[in-house]
Amino acid sequence: MNPHRRSPLINIATVLVYFFLYAPIIVLMLYAFNASRTNILFEGFITEWGPLRMQGSLVLQSPCGPFHWFCELAKNREVMAAAENTLLIAVISTLVSTTIGTMSALALQRYNFRLKPFSQLSLYIPIVIPEIVMGIGILVLFSQLFSLINSALGLAPDARLSMGLGTVILSHIAFCVPFVTLVVQARLQGFDKAYEEAAMDLGANELTTFWRVTLPMILPGVLSGALLAFTLSLDDFVITFFTTGPGATTLPIYVYGLLRRIITPQVNALSFVWVSIVLIAVLLLQRLQSREN
Amino acid sequence: MASIAVEMRDVVKTFQTPEGTHLNAVDHVSLKIDDGEFFSLLGSSGCGKTTSLRMIAGFEWPTSGELFIHGKPMGHTPPYQRPVNTVFQNYALFQHMSIFENVAFGLEMEKRPKFDIQDRVARALEMVQLTGLDRRRPRQLSGGQQQRVALARALVKVPDVLLLDEPLGALDLKLRKEMQLELKALQQKVGITFVYVTHDQEEALTMSDRIAVMSKGKVMQLGTPVEIYERPNCRFVADFIGESNFFEGKITATAGDQATVFVPALNAEVIGLLTGNLVNGQQATVSIRPEKIRISSEPVLNTNCFKGVVTQTTYIGADTHVYLDVYGMRIKVWDMNKISTLDPRAHYTVGETVCVTLFPENTLVMATN
Amino acid sequence: MLKKLREDRPFQGTVLILPTLVFMVGLLIIPLLLTLVVSFGTRSPDGGVIYGFSLNNYLRLLGYSTNCPGGQPACFDPLYLQILWRSLTLAFNTTVLVILMAYPLAYFIARSPAKRRNMFLFLVLVPLWTNFVIRVYAWMMLLRTQGVINGVLGYFAGLLGIPFAPLEMLYTPGAVLVGMVYEFLPFMILPIYTSLEKIENALYEAAADLGANPFRTFLRVTLPLSMPGVVAGTILVFIPVMGTFIVSDLLGGRQVILVGNLIQNQFLTARDPTFGSAASLILMIMTLIVTYFYSRKFGFGEEIVAA
Repeated sequence: MNPHRRSPLINIATVLVYFFLYAPIIVLMLYAFNASRTNILFEGFITEWGPLRMQGSLVLQSPCGPFHWFCELAKNREVMAAAENTLLIAVISTLVSTTIGTMSALALQRYNFRLKPFSQLSLYIPIVIPEIVMGIGILVLFSQLFSLINSALGLAPDARLSMGLGTVILSHIAFCVPFVTLVVQARLQGFDKAYEEAAMDLGANELTTFWRVTLPMILPGVLSGALLAFTLSLDDFVITFFTTGPGATTLPIYVYGLLRRIITPQVNALSFVWVSIVLIAVLLLQRLQSREN
Repeated sequence: MASIAVEMRDVVKTFQTPEGTHLNAVDHVSLKIDDGEFFSLLGSSGCGKTTSLRMIAGFEWPTSGELFIHGKPMGHTPPYQRPVNTVFQNYALFQHMSIFENVAFGLEMEKRPKFDIQDRVARALEMVQLTGLDRRRPRQLSGGQQQRVALARALVKVPDVLLLDEPLGALDLKLRKEMQLELKALQQKVGITFVYVTHDQEEALTMSDRIAVMSKGKVMQLGTPVEIYERPNCRFVADFIGESNFFEGKITATAGDQATVFVPALNAEVIGLLTGNLVNGQQATVSIRPEKIRISSEPVLNTNCFKGVVTQTTYIGADTHVYLDVYGMRIKVWDMNKISTLDPRAHYTVGETVCVTLFPENTLVMATN
Repeated sequence: MLKKLREDRPFQGTVLILPTLVFMVGLLIIPLLLTLVVSFGTRSPDGGVIYGFSLNNYLRLLGYSTNCPGGQPACFDPLYLQILWRSLTLAFNTTVLVILMAYPLAYFIARSPAKRRNMFLFLVLVPLWTNFVIRVYAWMMLLRTQGVINGVLGYFAGLLGIPFAPLEMLYTPGAVLVGMVYEFLPFMILPIYTSLEKIENALYEAAADLGANPFRTFLRVTLPLSMPGVVAGTILVFIPVMGTFIVSDLLGGRQVILVGNLIQNQFLTARDPTFGSAASLILMIMTLIVTYFYSRKFGFGEEIVAA
């Protein structure tokens, strides 16, 4: 009996599901080259490099040709600022959450202490409640806290505490940590303590043992935890939405704002760039990991 | 006089079981291991041998009692400050380091100069016959080779004591036998004290200068392989090491190192050698190894002779295993096949009545446990 | 202090987890407790909170209304109960649809030759790496009246000479359902795949050997053994669908108001944080109840980690 035999129905279903997964993304990317200003209708691809005719009447001079919308995107200050914010938030929250998440995974896997059951429970909650509940909670906390501080100290309007990059980064760390902990813990479960004992036996103290033996051996777990934290932070809309403030707009928030107003193929160009960067990054990482093994 | 490498003085190690009760994995153990000795801790799993080893290594600390290494109390010293090194059960080679880096790790921790490290690692790898493999990763080596790396990694530090935790357990039988001899030769060459944990009695007998037989956290007997086999001090040891026939009875008389035991099952008295401190009137076990029983057609002695019926024979090549029924008791006798013949009757026939002789010098009277 | 750090294991563990605990207490436990406190308060005229103990917000969610026709002092208004019910049924429908779509694909991948499985899985993950909001936008483009689907349908209708009026698809409950299914489909595929992949081939062979045809093998062997994956996937899909508000906001317009939209609206437009907090807690309780019953019945975790 061929173990790989499948019913043709399964194959048809598979093709359909893959089509369902990919058709929207492909359409999205194609529209980045749309020769329409509003992106409601597809008016054909931008083909010429010279003067550009749009929607019958409008004529634009585009030096970028088919990449017109990409050039527009690069000129868009708001987008660039949002991209900068998004990256900054993702990098900082990944670094912090990976560090403290790895520490807590070690604590939960290796140690017994009185706060352990409580810690496990609290790390479990963000996974089983909708994100909006956590977002609302943090919003309530910061708004109440800030208004209390601002009125208590009688701060001048421009010195008042308000939501911004700081609150977003703190919130991102908080919701990334449980996931990092979970991933690293899974890796630690298969880790034989004998390696650490061997290092200590050979004369390495606890700290040296951690740096020279434990960390290198659980590094794949730590890296996939970091990757997860990074993508969670990049992708996050809900928690950012409730904890952001002036000057702390991220790309998802910016796009959401645009979608409620007017849409230009710039958004598609942005999606195109986003997907490409993420894909390249992931492929590079996979290449690196497979070389490791 | 040899100095003492390791001493355990009334050491107890208590663990909490998952059910919440406490268990003494090591229960008031006292022993001294001499310098340069090949010392084995022998016992079945859960007897406390590995916990004892781990306490010497420093991975576990005694709950009570004290542990001395070369006379210094070290029960609560971290592993990296002890002059001992370990060969782990599954080798615990660092997978992310090359063979060279693995062996060099311990010397690096001592902050030795680079040229010294290279020199010593090369010599250590040569000693275990792995020259030329130093760039490989542990995974690229066979089980036997990994075992040698683990050995080199520990020995390169020239420890006062080398601890080995069932190091040959993962190897196949043939390789294990080879490594046993090699390890013993190596130990004699380097002159380092080896403390060896194993559950394999044959391995312990082959390699050790002295053996501590452990059970339920206690040392049952401590002695040379010959002492352990020929003069087990209790039924447990006699049963655990090799095979034996046992008769339960009560001591009726003692004279010097001889004792007379009345065995109700045989309805007769048996005379044997006393091992351990037993006195008149005490319950005792009479033990005799199957290869030491003599079968004959006529009685050989006035005492210690019984009539038995052959119930089963098994031809093993060098020996014939004869099972006898003596007053309803099953007795096993290993009889050496000294006559070369194809005639089965040259040996024994089922149903045959024979005389079974237990020579007093081969018959041991010991504690029942 | 140093000696304690070196010798006291419980102390070491506590030190290691401390930073995480600070975050979890400060930005999860305290916020949730504060949400609870606020939900018992009343709204101040400027949109702030007057602390107190009032159950009004919860009563309002359950249908108690003081804003009644004909000047009655109190009456029953099912508006919020309808929203809660709509969210629950939408989450349920989404989950069922997602299972129906994810299962064949997961099965296909699990039964593929080992070296191709990673590639197929990778293809499932790629859409996840586009942004959540961007994925909703893609469906806006597909579904709008002058959008891609109507364009394609119109083109074929033109070829066949059939008169064609563009379908109104965007801003309908169906659009929201499709959007939700699209967003969360990969979260179901991965855990089902993980549990299917664990089934040894020998089990299929044993079933065949004992006389089960492929269909019965599937029913009696494959399906029961893959249930942990389905359960884990259900939790991974059901919970976020309950709380998401962008999909319904962008694809449903004013047509489809879910709990998420209600909460968001209370905080940002209606400016009643007390009522929003109460709705948020009710949402949490609803999802916790579902999760509790699921995890108690089947147990999960491994599959979630694997995903």
